[in-house]
Amino acid sequence: MTELIERAAPATEGETVELSMQQAINRALRVLLTEDPEVLVFGEDVGTLGGVFRVTDGLQKEFGEQRVFDTPLAESAIMGMAVGLAMNGWRPVPELQFDGFAYPAIDQIVNQVARMNYRTRGAAPMPITLRLPSFGGIQAPEHHGESLEALFAHTPGLKVVAPSDPSEAYSLLLQSVRSDDPVVYMEPKARYWDRRPVRLSEPTDPIGASRIVRSGRHGTLIAWGAMVHKCLQVAELAAEDGVELEVLDLRWLKPIDAAGLAASVSRTKRAVVVHEAPLTAGLGAEVATLITESCFRDLAAPVQRVTGFDVPYPAGPLEPQYLPTIDRVLLAVQRTLEY
Amino acid sequence: MPSPESTGQGTISVEHLSPELTRGFYRDMRTARDLDTEAIALQRQGVFPAYVSVRGQEAAQVGGAAALDPTRDFVFPTYREMAAALTYGVEMVGYMATHRALWHGGLYDVMDSRFGAINAVVGGPVPHAVGWAVGERLRGGDGVAMAYFGDGASSEGDVHEAMNFAGVFTAPVVFFCQNNQWALSVPNHHQVAGGSIAARAQGYGLPGVLVDGNDVGAVHTATAEAVRRAREGGGPTVIEALTYRVEPHSTSDDPGRYRNEAEADQWRERDPLLLLRTAMLEAGHADESYLARVDAEAARRAEEIRDGVANAPEPDGSELFTHVFRETTEELTRQYRTWKEEVEP
Repeated sequence: MTELIERAAPATEGETVELSMQQAINRALRVLLTEDPEVLVFGEDVGTLGGVFRVTDGLQKEFGEQRVFDTPLAESAIMGMAVGLAMNGWRPVPELQFDGFAYPAIDQIVNQVARMNYRTRGAAPMPITLRLPSFGGIQAPEHHGESLEALFAHTPGLKVVAPSDPSEAYSLLLQSVRSDDPVVYMEPKARYWDRRPVRLSEPTDPIGASRIVRSGRHGTLIAWGAMVHKCLQVAELAAEDGVELEVLDLRWLKPIDAAGLAASVSRTKRAVVVHEAPLTAGLGAEVATLITESCFRDLAAPVQRVTGFDVPYPAGPLEPQYLPTIDRVLLAVQRTLEY
Repeated sequence: MPSPESTGQGTISVEHLSPELTRGFYRDMRTARDLDTEAIALQRQGVFPAYVSVRGQEAAQVGGAAALDPTRDFVFPTYREMAAALTYGVEMVGYMATHRALWHGGLYDVMDSRFGAINAVVGGPVPHAVGWAVGERLRGGDGVAMAYFGDGASSEGDVHEAMNFAGVFTAPVVFFCQNNQWALSVPNHHQVAGGSIAARAQGYGLPGVLVDGNDVGAVHTATAEAVRRAREGGGPTVIEALTYRVEPHSTSDDPGRYRNEAEADQWRERDPLLLLRTAMLEAGHADESYLARVDAEAARRAEEIRDGVANAPEPDGSELFTHVFRETTEELTRQYRTWKEEVEP
């Protein structure tokens, strides 16, 4: 894996190169470490090893052990340390190695990171970006395939983002780290090796903006992270039957682009929201409500949700049965068409 | 291992300290005591919804905080550090505002004060101190982070994680445990396996010091040594100041349900303020008339702070949405409009 990491200088604006998502994130981190001497990258195994997914490969060598460093294995202290570093003027970019291991740090994330600016009436901002390898799809052990976006989105004071491809990963990380608010940046592990031409561009859309990945007129598929790719596959298949589906990459899970959802669904009149997290109280419910509030009279059918089931994330062989499948999404589309 | 001498017995001596230092201790301890008394009265009058007393812990707080430099160090408190805040120079009306429930973190400026926001998650701010201290070393500064916690918080995982991190990073932190022997209703023997918080330092490769928390001079000497060591790059120290919570956990608490007040009475008699007063008179650091003048001045200052906080305006809700984000969101702006239209008084 390591030899795939390119060691070119930080990208020039607008350059197009072929990169995997993990390489694109690495590029963005190099840009950030270069442009801002107060950016610090730290966490378990991010230094010498370069991260278990090699996302931080080469960074310690390039920027030194003071800017990129390993910590002991304690997620709560990693996030607590980020709070203290921020209070001393740094811009921390901690990594928690896997989604499920964010749970031991929830106290620091929810009770401290998310609230410190509020508690101190703006005196102590928390410009922290938590990089969190997230979601499933890689047949990993337990606690390595969780989707925590609803938990974070429900927490006042946090912003939450999940990129869906390498270009997005690059620009959204630049935007997250430069933000003075705390951001949970959820990296879809299943797409780390998605390699394609990447336009290394500065973020142009504001925080909270969604994007249309594919246009269509018979319905909108709404997704984020790895599910965007799945929805594009669904749209491709549906097109063969003459059904033109729009695919909306939500990107920001807080703030959610209510206007973007309304604009798309008021045109297509049908919506299917797709996520890996369990159904109940998942973010799909929030998306469905926003659509219903804004497009009630335009809707040709109730908003459908295709999600993980309300069961603990299962072991590898059962993963394909847990995660939303192409067939399940197609069936949901069919239900909206036949309603 | 900690010194077996610091068991909280007997009188204290200040012969080895300078009169200027002990006079400062006395002024701050006296002021904190009076302010504490005023605060309890405000709770009884219904001005404060609740209050957590520092009575009996003034030596542990004043002696420690007086060893810090408010121009370059940074304090990470929990919620029972009023005397430390006062000694450190925090704007006290703003500090006491949290007890009147005007704003959770208090209304003082934490960055200007270099004194973190009041924090009700015990143990939670301890890793913040380590992060601040690591950041201080990275920027080449010589500031020291002071992490306050209690015997109850010593059971929290964050405290252990923080000590381990501080040891690994040789961070300039002083872990200052005020062991007041009661974590609400749970006594030390049911809280602290092994019986000593200071002794735990050894496991992290740190010096651990047990000190008589009612002896302000002893607390100051131990803290000054820990601060000097941290400032010079020698890394963290764990200080356990043994004291006693003579008041209930909070004004909402009823200690009659869990402890024998005869024990508390013994500690009330070993009042750190009286110990200091007696020792100062013995050492010739002050006479009765000097102390009477300080007493009057302290009472006046406590009354001023009391009046300041009692008369501070109630929050009107206009800041409910202001500090959630640095860059607010459309959704939050929409909710603000809802508040304006449907809720604002």
